[in-house]
Amino acid sequence: MSGEAKTKLVLGYGTCGIAAGAAAVKEALEKELATEKYPADLDIAGCMGFCYREPIVEFVEKDGSSVVYGDLTAKKIPELLESHLLRGEIVEDWVVWRSDDPSFGEGDFTVNQHRIVLRHCGNLNPESMDEYVSVGGYEAARKALTYMTPEDVIDEVSKSGLRGRGGAGFPTGTKWGFARKARGDEKYLICNADEGDPGAFMDRSVLEGDPHAVIEGMIIAGYAIGARQGYIYCRAEYPLALRRLEIAIEACREKGFLGKSIFGTEWDFDIKIKKGAGAFVCGEETAMIASIEGKRGMPRPRPPFPANEGLWGKPTNINNVETLANIPWIVENGGDEYASIGTEKSKGTKVFCLAGKIERCGLAEVPMGYTLRQVIFDVGGGVREGRDFKAVQMGGPSGGCLPESLLDTLVDYEAITSTGAIMGSGGMIVADSTTCMVDLARYFLTFTQEESCGKCVPCRLGTKRMLEILTRICEGEGEPEDLEKLEILAEDIKNSSLCALGGTAPNPVLTTLKYFREEYEDHIFHKKCPAGVCPALITLHIDPEKCTGCGACAKVCPVEAISGEKKEPHEIDPETCICCKLCLSRCPEEAIYAE
Amino acid sequence: MTEEASSTKQRYTDIDDLEPLEEIIERYRGEKGALIPLLQDAQETYGYLDENIMRELARGSGYQMSQVYGVATFYTQFRLEPIGEHLIRVCHGTACHVAGAELITEEISNILGIKDGETTEDRKFTMESVMCVGACSLSPIMIIDSDTHGKLKPSNVRKVLKKYRGGGKEEEK
Repeated sequence: MSGEAKTKLVLGYGTCGIAAGAAAVKEALEKELATEKYPADLDIAGCMGFCYREPIVEFVEKDGSSVVYGDLTAKKIPELLESHLLRGEIVEDWVVWRSDDPSFGEGDFTVNQHRIVLRHCGNLNPESMDEYVSVGGYEAARKALTYMTPEDVIDEVSKSGLRGRGGAGFPTGTKWGFARKARGDEKYLICNADEGDPGAFMDRSVLEGDPHAVIEGMIIAGYAIGARQGYIYCRAEYPLALRRLEIAIEACREKGFLGKSIFGTEWDFDIKIKKGAGAFVCGEETAMIASIEGKRGMPRPRPPFPANEGLWGKPTNINNVETLANIPWIVENGGDEYASIGTEKSKGTKVFCLAGKIERCGLAEVPMGYTLRQVIFDVGGGVREGRDFKAVQMGGPSGGCLPESLLDTLVDYEAITSTGAIMGSGGMIVADSTTCMVDLARYFLTFTQEESCGKCVPCRLGTKRMLEILTRICEGEGEPEDLEKLEILAEDIKNSSLCALGGTAPNPVLTTLKYFREEYEDHIFHKKCPAGVCPALITLHIDPEKCTGCGACAKVCPVEAISGEKKEPHEIDPETCICCKLCLSRCPEEAIYAE
Repeated sequence: MTEEASSTKQRYTDIDDLEPLEEIIERYRGEKGALIPLLQDAQETYGYLDENIMRELARGSGYQMSQVYGVATFYTQFRLEPIGEHLIRVCHGTACHVAGAELITEEISNILGIKDGETTEDRKFTMESVMCVGACSLSPIMIIDSDTHGKLKPSNVRKVLKKYRGGGKEEEK
């Protein structure tokens, strides 16, 4: 279709999109476009953030205006292309967002965000160096290496107020300063992409959607601290992120952005990818270093800090993916500009993964200083199915659960820490009335207990004891003194564990004990699970008014506890029933309920 | 060797054929800290790591057997047992947990008669729980081989599994 203005179709092609069926949509698009009926080209991009509406295609016109369609299937493609591209009619029912009417559809999700880290995610083809360069990519690295001294770069990052986005929130500029000043001619830079918190996927999305930004951040960081070798330690469970990183690194070597004398300067810098092998504790700096050295990933006492004695005993600086992805923007726009966003002590933006019982499950970047309520309700659209909000879990297994009364807490490192939760890496899981907080605490303890590396006693044995108590409570065997025991154990583990895994493992228990104590008491003293989750504390019933006697429940019951005549209301024998709830999920009439 | 096991063989090298292992060892010769990639490549080739593979790897690359075994048992990625023809990974990340991942595991368990980490007798399926695959918007999720199945309900698990059954009729519990 020569000469005609072409519409660019951008398909969301990250893990979330592919999981939702983007591969079939891609095939359908390719097939339709091959007919040359349509004045359009197809391109791919990473996650746009609307994970809940995947698969997604954005129609971008030459003038920059665009329409985003969601919930697509291969079947919808011919109709969509014909209507939008040939008849010029927008298919309103499938629109997620449109630039000419930002309040339309899921507009709030977009307009309430402030995108720095995610500025290219979903817009650029992550496998194309040309696209990244066309929006000014690698200009920040060139500027830093050509016109700035390493000290200038560190000053700029310090001025920006950027803090470590992995969770701890240590000032990045200060950290770089330590590594810069550390003695040694050989230094290393590590990018921590070992995103292990269940419910957190922002690093994966950034690596899949904009790998060049992370690499550019690393080039700048390596120059600033004096490291000529960088490592990206990435989970092996992220095959797409790994592949896109490999493609990006290769393209950089071809362009002379990595390797010897990069950007025509005298500076050498290269990056190696290290695949993690599945150990949550390797997110801890010293454990990660041990893992890169090929050992069991166990942390060691600090000091000496990695800045002085890290990988192979040399000074090493470790930064998280999101932290590094901020760096090019800061060098390009200046530290002051970045520091103009946010609160007094927390600057810039934070990416959150909204998940759980939230209406818009996806990826959002908001300025620091927003309230949690704004993030969950204005951006995230509130609780799903109109249920009541019960809690938000922040910071994964190291974080905590906050109740409704704390929703006006600001997105700010200090403000969130003061509640007992932590900012964490950005997982935000919303719980509603059907979530049992004791069960949730037990879930996290199961996780940390399994992931404890076993090196130090408080973490190895302490988390196990806590888990035993929580399991007992969930199974209806809780004892009155259990709550006090949990609190004592929690404090001891926090104070005496070797690394942050143990040091933060009790947080989910402590926060639920603090804010949802009555739920623990219901389990222990009244042998009841108000959310209807813990099998030992509920009984299942069939409402005879609603039951049509279809028999679907009896068919799935693994213990044959359900009986009844055909087309007559059925009954559950409480003696035989193991409360697995399979019947509940199967009943077409929603006649089965837990009590 | 049974018929089912031979279909696993198509994907992986026979565990007794040590020739590819020599190649893997050469690939990393002289590289510092290469034990984890060595084991990763060996597992990719053989599907799992048995004692013989680990011993050969230790001998060929100069590591102690205790180091090799220590690393192989520390990281969850490494398997010391062969898996079935299809690997079912049920996500138990936080979002999937609150969305009822437990019920999904239970339903698979009911249908196939295996528990978490086990393989069916005919070696068709292995089921395991994994922590967060990062596609929380589709929770609860399971991944079979490399296909993601999201927004699951216990009631549609059987239908999904059927696709992987292949020709052979199977005894159901």
